Amino acid sequence: MEHIDIGYTAKLARLELSAEEQELYSAQLGRILEYFHVLSSVDTSAVDPTAHANPLHNVLREDVAVSGFGAQQALANAPQQREDQVLVPRVIE
Amino acid sequence: MNQDSLAYFPASKLARLLASGELTSVELSRSILERTERLNPQVNAFLGWDGDDLMAQAEASDNRRQEGKALGFFDGIPVALKNNIAIKGSLLTCGSRMLERFVSPYDATVVERMKAAGMLVWGRLNMDEFAMGSSTETSFFGSTANPWDLTRTPGGSSGGSAAALAAGMSPITLGSDTGGSIRQPAAFCGIYGLKPTYGRVSRYGLVAFASSLDQIGPFGHSVEDVARMMEVICGVDPKDSSSYPAPVSPFHAELELALSGGRPMVLGLPIEYFKADGLDPAVRRAMDEVIAYYKGIGWQIKDVSLPNSHLAVPTYYVIATAEASSNLARFDGIRYTHRSESAADAVDVYFKSRGEGFGEEVKRRIILGTFVLSSGYHDAYYLKAQQVRTLIRNDFAKAFGEVDLVLTPTTPSPAFVRGERITDPLQMYLNDIYTICPNLTGLPAISVPCGFALENLPVGFQLIAPHFEEVRLLTAARAYERGNDWHTKHPAL
Amino acid sequence: MASVDGYDAVIGLEVHVQLGTESKMFTDAPYYFGASPNELTNPVVMGMPGTLPVLNKRAIEKTIQVGLMLGCEIPDVSKWDRKHYYYPDMPKNYQISQYDQPLCLGGSVEIEMDGPSRNVMGEHRRVSLTRIHLEEDVGKLTHVADGSLVDYNRAGAPLIEIVTEPDLFSPEEAFAFLTSLRNTLQNAGISDCDMEKGQMRCDANVSVKPVGTTKLGTKVELKNLNSISGVRNGLRYEIERQIRELKSGASIVQQTRRWDAEAGVTSLMRTKEEAQDYRYFPDPDLMPVRISEEWKSQLAEGLPELPFDRQRRYMADYSLPYTVTSVLCTNRGLSSFFEEAIRHHNNPLAIANLIANDLLRELGVASAGSESGEGERRSLDSLGISAAGVAELVAMVDKGVLSNQMAKEVLSGMIETGQSAETVAAAKGLRQSSDTGEIEAICRQAVDENPKAVQEFLAGNEKSINAIKGRVMKATQGKANPAVVDQVLRKLLGVP
Repeated sequence: MEHIDIGYTAKLARLELSAEEQELYSAQLGRILEYFHVLSSVDTSAVDPTAHANPLHNVLREDVAVSGFGAQQALANAPQQREDQVLVPRVIE
Repeated sequence: MNQDSLAYFPASKLARLLASGELTSVELSRSILERTERLNPQVNAFLGWDGDDLMAQAEASDNRRQEGKALGFFDGIPVALKNNIAIKGSLLTCGSRMLERFVSPYDATVVERMKAAGMLVWGRLNMDEFAMGSSTETSFFGSTANPWDLTRTPGGSSGGSAAALAAGMSPITLGSDTGGSIRQPAAFCGIYGLKPTYGRVSRYGLVAFASSLDQIGPFGHSVEDVARMMEVICGVDPKDSSSYPAPVSPFHAELELALSGGRPMVLGLPIEYFKADGLDPAVRRAMDEVIAYYKGIGWQIKDVSLPNSHLAVPTYYVIATAEASSNLARFDGIRYTHRSESAADAVDVYFKSRGEGFGEEVKRRIILGTFVLSSGYHDAYYLKAQQVRTLIRNDFAKAFGEVDLVLTPTTPSPAFVRGERITDPLQMYLNDIYTICPNLTGLPAISVPCGFALENLPVGFQLIAPHFEEVRLLTAARAYERGNDWHTKHPAL
Repeated sequence: MASVDGYDAVIGLEVHVQLGTESKMFTDAPYYFGASPNELTNPVVMGMPGTLPVLNKRAIEKTIQVGLMLGCEIPDVSKWDRKHYYYPDMPKNYQISQYDQPLCLGGSVEIEMDGPSRNVMGEHRRVSLTRIHLEEDVGKLTHVADGSLVDYNRAGAPLIEIVTEPDLFSPEEAFAFLTSLRNTLQNAGISDCDMEKGQMRCDANVSVKPVGTTKLGTKVELKNLNSISGVRNGLRYEIERQIRELKSGASIVQQTRRWDAEAGVTSLMRTKEEAQDYRYFPDPDLMPVRISEEWKSQLAEGLPELPFDRQRRYMADYSLPYTVTSVLCTNRGLSSFFEEAIRHHNNPLAIANLIANDLLRELGVASAGSESGEGERRSLDSLGISAAGVAELVAMVDKGVLSNQMAKEVLSGMIETGQSAETVAAAKGLRQSSDTGEIEAICRQAVDENPKAVQEFLAGNEKSINAIKGRVMKATQGKANPAVVDQVLRKLLGVP
């Protein structure tokens, strides 16, 4: 059975999981991954991956500036702010 | 006019009444509000609504109409939206604690288009959290009930949108569809639900779940409603680079024209789908009757093969969870989401806010998606799935060389009991077996009500068309509608 | 290759340069330096739910132009990828960048090392590039006592990332590389490359190996190198540190280290084990870019001559000395001014010297070599003086109408008043007289009044003539043409 390192993956995804959650997910995702194994049964060596649903290229915008909505709107939903900036707890370099 | 009878009038019928002056938008909106206030406690389709705002919009519409300045066919018709479509000044919760208090500072492009057409955009409809689910049971704000049987789910993730329409709480609703989230609830609730061709409808303002699979689409009581709603919301958008510059024609007129032309269509039945175990006998019976009906009007039914069908579900779940894990990375406790009160430092803000803000299914999919993209697994899972996706695309392209449309059941079984499947994610995922290919391939698809299983539970069938051939879909749906009346049945609420 | 203590260094640089576009890379919010916090934001910039990116055409074009200037291969198709990591300055916690199909591949940057003296051109060499790609910038963090403040003004600004091969072999070469790159990009109007404003940023990878060996040592990544000299100094320290470690018997662990310019040391930030897994995948929201031959040709048309090419041309075609060309050629404004001026009057050397010395002095800068390059770029327009005007001034000196000394005064006057050389000279009464008759009369007088000097001169003391000359110049208030005075005096004194 394919095994996901739940602890490592949760760390990559910045998700804090309880011990119960880790155990639950480990079992469930193990089964799901096993089900995914059928993908390896098909030969795709000569197949291009589907990058986009539609064959579009060069969807571009002219370099024209439009005023932003400003600090007040940018921060209207901010959990904490100060001096027109988002305030977060100390970032440790 | 009996207020309650208004509840189930198709929006097009209501629009004609507004146009003739037999009804005002204020009267209509008042009736809708009254019904919603009465029924929502049982159904929990709506997360919230602003009655005063709806009435103000209705008044403005009536005034426009009096001045002869109606903005379009649907001017004055209320349309309620799944709560992952941005309405400026409204909460955009996506059914999640993470965005419980987030007020959107902007309108989605579809909202701008509907407002420009004079429609009354109102309400926030319940959904599976971040559109991840097939039963609207993962919503942080409680689950929604199926109006046909309150012990059962309305499907998901656009369960609120389907239930609201099926219960007569809004004449038109919009949902979003990533793996079947419009079509499956439409089937469970006995109404029409359409997923447009990928790129038809702008995704700007739709909170992304899986960017290469998501589309916004309409629910409706009739084919005409769905067709006319498509005319309002479709169109290329410079703010959405994945939207496609396909022309938007009067679908409602074109389909009638096609029907009156009398050309019989060829419908393909994927042999792999009908061989499947787990197809509920009631659904199988309903499908037999649909096939018989189309044969009866002179259309041809043909077997087609989609040999890579058995790979569709894993392909979908690898791609969808990968893209979701990326799209949900921005919800982090920093700028505008729920922020944990117990975070000691910035790193902690991420872990705790995301741990608290997301529900179980969302976390499960984020982990799965992160895993399939991670170093050492990317090629075996993500890249592989994108390659298999090409194979599935090719299967359909080949089938459309032989038939005009593909015909399938929408779901393997009718609505299940609330709480029954939620503990087994894999079981839940297998629900999507018929609906995910149109998302993987970008093809348009519609669910059409076609009968009932025991216990008065609706059943739907699905039509799939080639890219940008919505008219073909709607023509076939209308051909069925002309000779059947399932879509006129309503729950006894 | 300068070895230190028995070891050779191998250096690779990753340089980020902000493109000076009007709007941001993936949305139309404006970008400029110095706005008040979070002013230059919109829902897309803030990574709000439901928002989507849209490509900035000019940013792509500028990137291709940089690639063309640096001899890169421009592919037919280029695409966009998401690079995932979490940090408060990241609005989406992924950066839209380019992974396997960037806009430019290969290429090189010509660098110049210091010569044996200031006046002699040093060695030139081409440093190979790996690639150049386009991506978006992040916001800015400011640390305060009880937390950190985040300003998203800069988030989403277009950045190009220029990656070199491990093809630099000393901190001085790294310095030369950045200087050359900056000159090239400034010259082409791509970016001002001011490191203090964050317009250009540089990370370095450095390893050492014993002299004569070929196997590369373990590389260390250096960050927080905040100026061109900082890059040089940080590399110098790190190379010495690595050599010290190796000599003491320790081995170098692959890691990221932070340069502290004040303390003058590098310190550990994170090890390889803690290295990021960016989980790159193609961004589904953005479509690939197809670059046709036609588009490439169009973009190539506007490109300026590269600074070193121009320098070589000036030295060859106009016989200008190295030092003067170094000043002129780092700046497109100065060089186009020069080229226009010589169209009006064909004395390249005099005109070049005037621009390089007198005009730049007026602009208040030291000559070429300033770190930021800031002052040299203050517009010549701000002086209110035209190329034709400068040409006219030099022509007047060449005709003998003005002496060099007078010309300096006239120049000041031209800048002050904005008037032409002729007008200013007339107004100041500055006119060199070459009237032999008039001068002869004054010379006779000076000879009569300075018998001692005359005697000494005739006795063989060449220098004594200067005293007499001085009297003449004084008597004419400096307006006599010194060459003519000399001629007349010698004639009067009966000397050839």
